[in-house]
Amino acid sequence: MSIKQISVFMENKPGTLEEMTEVLAKNNIDMRALSVAEAEDFGIARLIVDDVYETATVLKDAGFVNKMSDVLAVEIPDTPGGLNKVLKTLSAAQVNLEYMYAFLGGKAADKAFIIMKVAHIDRAESTLKIGGFNLVDQEQISEL
Amino acid sequence: MERYFQKEIECMSLEELRKLQDDKLKKQVKHVWDNVPYYRKKMEKAGLTPDDIKSRDDLHKLPFLSKADLRECYPYGLLGAPLEKCERIHSTSGTTGKRVVAFYTKEDLDLWSDCTARALVAAGATKESVVQVAYGYGLFTGGAGLNDGSHKVGCLTVPASSGNTDRQIMFIRDLGASIICCTPSYAAFLGERMKEMGLSPDDIPLKAGIFGAEAWSEEMRRDIEKTMGIKAFDIYGLTELSGPGVAFECSEQQGMHVNEDHFIPEIIDPDTLEVLPDDTEGELVFTALDKEAFPLLRYRTRDICSLTRKKCSCGRTLIRMAKPKGRTDDMLIIRGVNVFPSQIETVLLNNGYAANYQIIVGRVNNTDTLDVRVEMTPEMFTDNMGEIEARQARLVAGMQSMLGIKAKVTLVAPKSIQRSEGKAVRVIDNRKI
Repeated sequence: MSIKQISVFMENKPGTLEEMTEVLAKNNIDMRALSVAEAEDFGIARLIVDDVYETATVLKDAGFVNKMSDVLAVEIPDTPGGLNKVLKTLSAAQVNLEYMYAFLGGKAADKAFIIMKVAHIDRAESTLKIGGFNLVDQEQISEL
Repeated sequence: MERYFQKEIECMSLEELRKLQDDKLKKQVKHVWDNVPYYRKKMEKAGLTPDDIKSRDDLHKLPFLSKADLRECYPYGLLGAPLEKCERIHSTSGTTGKRVVAFYTKEDLDLWSDCTARALVAAGATKESVVQVAYGYGLFTGGAGLNDGSHKVGCLTVPASSGNTDRQIMFIRDLGASIICCTPSYAAFLGERMKEMGLSPDDIPLKAGIFGAEAWSEEMRRDIEKTMGIKAFDIYGLTELSGPGVAFECSEQQGMHVNEDHFIPEIIDPDTLEVLPDDTEGELVFTALDKEAFPLLRYRTRDICSLTRKKCSCGRTLIRMAKPKGRTDDMLIIRGVNVFPSQIETVLLNNGYAANYQIIVGRVNNTDTLDVRVEMTPEMFTDNMGEIEARQARLVAGMQSMLGIKAKVTLVAPKSIQRSEGKAVRVIDNRKI
């Protein structure tokens, strides 16, 4: 039960991110989570949004190169140690994390969500399910 | 089997060719002396009269003509025939300065169409062929040149001109065009559009294409050939000399045969102006032997390439010129090394990037810097940062081995490189020398 993330190529110069958020704002796209990673002379913005296909289209039309990829969204209680439990389960199963970022629960005030990119998505998914964690699907993300 | 339009010329012995060139050269020098005061003055300054030019061995004595001369003589200064004998003009795009206007008599147009007819037949054209000319028609020589050559062969000619891509594809398919003539960049664009429309090479009746008028790489040729399922032939020419067809490629695709019965090519060292032997790289110079209205002698093309007399298995004896590496005015000298934008383009295409790039040359602490800005494409983008950096590193390594010097590669947003008249501004030299 993975969800779609949109990764956007960011040229390293002032205003690039703002140009992108301007496009999203104009098209009424609601972001759930955002992370920006940077290399020496470029960056990648990663977005979780309410409408993935609409976002990919409006960004492409505005000249932003972007790609969709599958990531896991895991629901955790917004309490100390919440993330630690998830990571323990994954490391026990030798699942390698490529990157992750987190956001607080939107309308569900006592929850937090972590977005994870893993090398073996199926293995990670079954491990987490067996461990009793709740994986959020695309529809649920859109409704948060 | 190889086919020829004028076998008696295309395959003539070297001895016969020399004799033909010697006779024509003597006549042409006389024609210029009598009719073009501008060049006559140049000859007088060099202490020459037509009698000093007895054969092509004396060619090296004649003064050069350059683009600067053409600009100075605009529009009528180099005219070699009375205007009432002239039937048409063509003109360069004028992107690098003032336009050049070239004049043609009926005979000039006729010999030019022989040249393009040779190119078409070498690419497989027969009377039964449908030839679609998608070069621009108008002042540009591309459309008219291939159009007239196609008529000369007796092909059904589709004068589509450039643009309106979907209509081009419709005509190609509905009329069963087997040969397309256009610029290589338009051919690549046509191919992309065909792919987008879900057409495979089997759905496209084209068998060959004749592409010229701009620099293109071997990689681009392979891409075009694969997408459209055709054989892509190179063609060379300049408005100053007539237009496309000064030289053309045969099925061997190993350089372009120069139409030596009409044009004598030479390679010179652009600095010392000395004539260089065959198989040596230098600046290409042409002498037009038959042109009446615009008879240029020893015209410096600024194109850098080499000539070879090595036997071609197509059977033609005409000398071959290598695909020009670049123009002398495009050449950059960076840290003492000659760099052509076309070399950088080759590395980009080899590595999966598009040819949308900009070269920025600077100077820091008395050392030249070379920064290549490359537009990111949907194909080359991935969510994996390490992979993007690895691809970037491969580009740097590729440039190092192609150019012999290190370049910095910066990835920039799509369409962020400034374009003028549809063409990207390739080089920005910030060095203050």
